[in-house]
Amino acid sequence: MLTIDLNMDFSKYEVDDFFDEMFEADGSVRPHYKALHARLKELGPKEMFQKQKAVDRAFLRQGVTFTVYNDDQGTERIFPFDLFPRIIPAQEWEFLEKGLTQRMQALNLFLKDIYSEQKIISEGILPREHVETAAHFRPEFMNVPVPKDIYIHICGTDLIRDRNGKYLVLEDNARSPSGVSYLLENRDAMKKVFPNFFPQSGTKSVDSYTEELLATLKYIAPDGVDDPVAVLLTPGVYNSAYFEHSLLARRMGIEIVEGNDLVVENSFVYMRTTEGLKRVDVIYRRIDDDFLDPQVFRKDSMLGVSGLVDAYRKGNVSLANTIGTGVADDKLIYKYVPDMIRFYLSEEPLLESVETFLASDDKEREYILANLEKLVVKSANEAGGYGMLIGPHASKAEIEEFRGLIKAKPRNFIAQPPISLSRHPTVIGEEVEGRHVDLRPYILCGKKISILPGGLTRVALRKGSLVVNSSQGGGSKDTWVLYGDS
Amino acid sequence: MLSRVAESLFWIGRYIERADNIARLLDVNLNILIDFKDLNDSRLVEHWEPIIRSTGDWDLFKSLGYKSSSRAATDFLTFDRENPNSIINCLISARQNARIIRDQIPSEVFEAINDTYLDLRDSGSEEVWKEGPYQFYQKIQTFSQLFQGMVDSTVVRGLGYYFMETGKFVERADKTSRILDIKYHILLPSVTDVGGVVDTAQWTAVLRSCSAFEAYHRNYVTNVDSALVTEFLIFSARFPRAIRFSLSKVIENLHLISNKREDRFSNEAERECGRLFSDLTYISVDDVLEQGLHEYLDYLQTRLNSVGEAIGETFFSL
Repeated sequence: MLTIDLNMDFSKYEVDDFFDEMFEADGSVRPHYKALHARLKELGPKEMFQKQKAVDRAFLRQGVTFTVYNDDQGTERIFPFDLFPRIIPAQEWEFLEKGLTQRMQALNLFLKDIYSEQKIISEGILPREHVETAAHFRPEFMNVPVPKDIYIHICGTDLIRDRNGKYLVLEDNARSPSGVSYLLENRDAMKKVFPNFFPQSGTKSVDSYTEELLATLKYIAPDGVDDPVAVLLTPGVYNSAYFEHSLLARRMGIEIVEGNDLVVENSFVYMRTTEGLKRVDVIYRRIDDDFLDPQVFRKDSMLGVSGLVDAYRKGNVSLANTIGTGVADDKLIYKYVPDMIRFYLSEEPLLESVETFLASDDKEREYILANLEKLVVKSANEAGGYGMLIGPHASKAEIEEFRGLIKAKPRNFIAQPPISLSRHPTVIGEEVEGRHVDLRPYILCGKKISILPGGLTRVALRKGSLVVNSSQGGGSKDTWVLYGDS
Repeated sequence: MLSRVAESLFWIGRYIERADNIARLLDVNLNILIDFKDLNDSRLVEHWEPIIRSTGDWDLFKSLGYKSSSRAATDFLTFDRENPNSIINCLISARQNARIIRDQIPSEVFEAINDTYLDLRDSGSEEVWKEGPYQFYQKIQTFSQLFQGMVDSTVVRGLGYYFMETGKFVERADKTSRILDIKYHILLPSVTDVGGVVDTAQWTAVLRSCSAFEAYHRNYVTNVDSALVTEFLIFSARFPRAIRFSLSKVIENLHLISNKREDRFSNEAERECGRLFSDLTYISVDDVLEQGLHEYLDYLQTRLNSVGEAIGETFFSL
């Protein structure tokens, strides 16, 4: 056990056997945290905790909340915000930017390929059945032209760091990643509460995100539309991410619409306004493929717009992201992203993925079933931390349950060795303790690929927990990208 | 502007105005109870029944098993979530609409609504009664003033603003007509009491419930007279809570919405509202009293409902 002497009570802080973002294994402060560390020393012992409470209140007041399903206690909660910022030095960020850009390019080329020539299959890189059995593969959209050949416009890749501090890609989230609004609000809150925490050498601004997002949406407008009208399509105020939808629409100055606000006539999409129908050219949709259009997908969808897909096929409206990007999120396909990078870009992948075993492969399944108590098993098509078995923490019954599930439907499962996510000092009650974190950078792909500096650092607030999702006890931190390395 | 958004803005205007009026109504009527002689249970019933009737929710009040007491009336009109028009429900609805369209209103306006909602959600009738209801209802009214001030000084003059204003004044016209109608339901102890102390106290309460007591006296330098109070609250073109004034504002905003400069109407909403307004311009208080105040107010409310429906059909249900 290692103790660190600090004015703000770090004396009980333990690095343990993890990679700690702030402290080296010997307890010394990493160079890029030194300035923050010095400022923390000037802070009275209770000040951090008082400020933490003030921020929580402000978030509630501003309605910076997410909706909890199946919870009748008000159904809205703030996404807990931890005042202890996470810091990324410039060089580290440059590397991440390069790695993510490379990955993004490959994923877009992959989607273009898989929905047209399917060279990656014919050349034997990726088995056909992996693609065709992917729940989110949409064969009915083969050869439907996509503006500028961009499929994923908005991506939120989850990164984690292993015991040695190496960054790994955990998943790509190529459908409609959420969370960026919390990042923007976190920065605003941080600037108000601790203006003097920020290093004098500067922290990269996150303010231009919504401008870039709007530019991306306009860039993919249908041909011949000079001044495109973009809207954000939301499932509505009861959706857990409604706050985010409304914040993004507000900052971009575009309308936030529900399915019922849109109508399709002669294969063009219009919104119902007080002055009649108005044409819509680009839809940033925050609803899944399945709910987009009851004529094509789920017939019972109340959220979508009848005829939307027809308008999309005819090129009269653009969708961000396009239909069918979910195939890239499939956890079987995930295993092949490094191969995609080699295949499409003739480059070696800069960012590694987590080692992945496929239950659909006979040999690998044998290995999985023999080592369930040591592995993390994931459903191939679930996100948000659901449908998961964390072997080392699971009961015998849970392990046996998954054994049955895997045997019944091997295609639905993959397994990975557990990664002991890096930890970061976090305000817990009136103590500072290490908690596991991940990082979700937000990538926009329009005229160029641009990545919001930093990203959303999510933190598993429950002691020992590795699950950072907001729906399961996660919180978030402001994430600073420095201009220098210390 | 999206029809759905316009509708939300319209209802934010209405709900906050409604909460404000209920708060004032309760504030005034709790206050005048103090002046009553020989207050007993049956007097309390006589006092509260007309007030609850004026909100249109008397049947609901009875069916929820309330007895007409001050506490019951306050609970029902303030905190009861079963009552769609209680202050808490007005605030919940205003806030829900504000959440839906929060991209359309300045953050400070949203925060003011949200703050009041959070405050109200956490307070119950117990503590309101402990601390005295006066402060509580003042707080609601202050919030409403704050909201209106913020809207006035921060919202861009455009469709959103016009729809909020339309909602506010439609609600205000309705509420003033209902408050005026309270007097009909109050039974005076005997016919000879007309014009007596109790009668005057009741008319005074009506004026106060419309924030009109001082304005009335500035307008008519005389005592509280039933015909003059009626005239003032229905026909005044200068008192901002009078029905005619409110309707003139509805028309003004409807014209700004349609942006048509013709002297005639351009949609059903303008037509319904314009017709009612001109009726109010050419009818006299004697006509009203001849017909019977209650009968006239009944008729007026039907017409106001038609205005509301016409607005809905013109703008919200495309």
